[in-house]
Amino acid sequence: MEQPVTFLETGNTAVILRLEGGHWFQNKMRVMGIREQKTIRLVAKHPFNGPVVVEVDGREITIGCRMADHIITGVPE
Amino acid sequence: MKKIVLMGNPNVGKSVVFSRLTGTNVIASNYPGTTVDFSKGKMCFGKEGHEIIDAPGTYSLEPSNKAEEVALEMFGLADLIIDVADATNLERNLYLTLQLLEQKKPVILVLNMWDEARHTGIIIDLKKLENELHIPVVPTVALSGEGFSDLVRRLDEARSPVEIEPMNDSERWMKIGEIIGNVQQVTHRHHTIWDWISEASIRPLTGLPLALVLIFTALWVVRFIGETLIAYIFNPFFSLYTPLAMNINAWLGPGFLQALLIGKLSDGQIDYIQSMGLLTTGIYVPFAMVLPYIIAFYSVLAVFEDSGYLPRLATLTDTLFHRFGMHGFGIIPVFLGLGCNVPGVLATRSLETKKQRFIAATLIAISVPCMAKNAMVFGILGSYGTGYIILVFATLFIVFVSSGLILNRLMKGDSPEICLEIPPYRKPDTMTVLKKTWMRIRWFLKEAIPFLFLGVLLINVLYAVGFVEWLGGIFAPVIQGWFGLPREATTALLIGFLRKDLAVGMLLPLGMSPLQLVIATTLLTIYFPCVGTFAVMFRELGIRDMIKATAFMAGTAFVVGGAMRLVLLGI
Repeated sequence: MEQPVTFLETGNTAVILRLEGGHWFQNKMRVMGIREQKTIRLVAKHPFNGPVVVEVDGREITIGCRMADHIITGVPE
Repeated sequence: MKKIVLMGNPNVGKSVVFSRLTGTNVIASNYPGTTVDFSKGKMCFGKEGHEIIDAPGTYSLEPSNKAEEVALEMFGLADLIIDVADATNLERNLYLTLQLLEQKKPVILVLNMWDEARHTGIIIDLKKLENELHIPVVPTVALSGEGFSDLVRRLDEARSPVEIEPMNDSERWMKIGEIIGNVQQVTHRHHTIWDWISEASIRPLTGLPLALVLIFTALWVVRFIGETLIAYIFNPFFSLYTPLAMNINAWLGPGFLQALLIGKLSDGQIDYIQSMGLLTTGIYVPFAMVLPYIIAFYSVLAVFEDSGYLPRLATLTDTLFHRFGMHGFGIIPVFLGLGCNVPGVLATRSLETKKQRFIAATLIAISVPCMAKNAMVFGILGSYGTGYIILVFATLFIVFVSSGLILNRLMKGDSPEICLEIPPYRKPDTMTVLKKTWMRIRWFLKEAIPFLFLGVLLINVLYAVGFVEWLGGIFAPVIQGWFGLPREATTALLIGFLRKDLAVGMLLPLGMSPLQLVIATTLLTIYFPCVGTFAVMFRELGIRDMIKATAFMAGTAFVVGGAMRLVLLGI
């Protein structure tokens, strides 16, 4: 099942399938370590459209929820 | 002279590497974006001296904020590049490394935090990595200095490999995948108590209460340290100094010099707050009223910074700060501004857009009380009770929130979302904390104290020529009619432009009611920043935005002053 990372339950993991959005955004995510095929964990989700905190390769990164909506994940098989 | 430039991702310890190489003291913190400007230093190796430049951290050579633009500019100047990478996160760091190598400048790679990589179970084969990249690779531990003699010894081996061809993004990621597969092994790592704390402090339900507790504890500690320093060090020192000052007073005799250096006496005694002489108030206010709190504040801030808590705070405040047209990272300039507004305004550079920088700088100048302003508030209202002090800070908070909401509406431009790496918690190193605190105190002494002396001097001169009287007459209708303050308070408010803390001595003798004093101190805080802040705002925002900010401040002061009069004085 494909879904944005923001749809995950706090604490759950998934695999990044693809990044949507412009080249600039995709590049920014990749250079920070958020890339296709990586396992991503949702560490925290803040209410009122606040930011989400994700963990990739043992590193936590805070990103705005609109950005996070462009990170499409799937559950590993 | 050759230019060596340090490049690397944010938060990999570049600044510590820089200070190791040059012997210069540089501020480094456990959060990205500390170096918004570049630092320069000199080092010798071989027979020649070299200039060495610490560029702001960047993830790639395509800049996404002002600090990264500076990094790119520095890259253009480089004859040799020291690429500092975080050994615990090699894969991501290699993106910049490859980009640097494609540009055909000599590069040497430093794998910093080598010890941490080992502890977290990451094994990197250095020989293989050198073969893959065709450049020398040196492991270091910047905090302890391990590996630095190797780095200096191997600097002249830096090369620009012909083997690395320019690539597009996907080719670069493929290449990185290949390299990592060959050189790195990661053993399974168990979750530690720190991981648990880390997550609890960034989740909304647990993180927000924790943040409140931490901030209030921090403020309490600042106050405690400040008061202790004043009671046991600075005030005893001034009791020893008083006889000397009195001797100078007697020796000078009455006249202009006496008025300038010593100032007015009350009952034949020096009143350090009200005398307004260069050698009395001019020394007492900065050293015995402001400096102790500066020392206290910056030591607490250093602990906060180096522990890695601030990016978590930025995450927690993000939702709120979005309403002000910024994102959570805006809390960092605001925090720095609590010490002194000048570094606070400088730190706004790490925000991405002009709109965010404008709002952050303006909010800091209006409603973030620096230690000098705090000293003023405590100095004036302390004797009347904590309630009045809380009234001032509550008003400032309301001003901060409402100004933020209004500015967000008024200003055109983008407010991008937050995108911030959260560093692992680290135990602050005592030496680093002390060094950093000392550097900031030294900076304060060097930058802020001259303004204070100048302020006292100028006040005396302006008084002597009757300028203050004249200007006071012009503003009196507003002060008296609108704010409900005595006419003489005008002078204090005008002087506050030069130094807020000096206004204490001018407001106290006017015999105002505590509530009038609350209005006066609040106005002093918001109507205008001090000259120093004004100067950096001018530099950072440019003349047009500076005029806009100034108009906003004047408008805010006018509205807030009037409203406070209505609410507090009921007239």
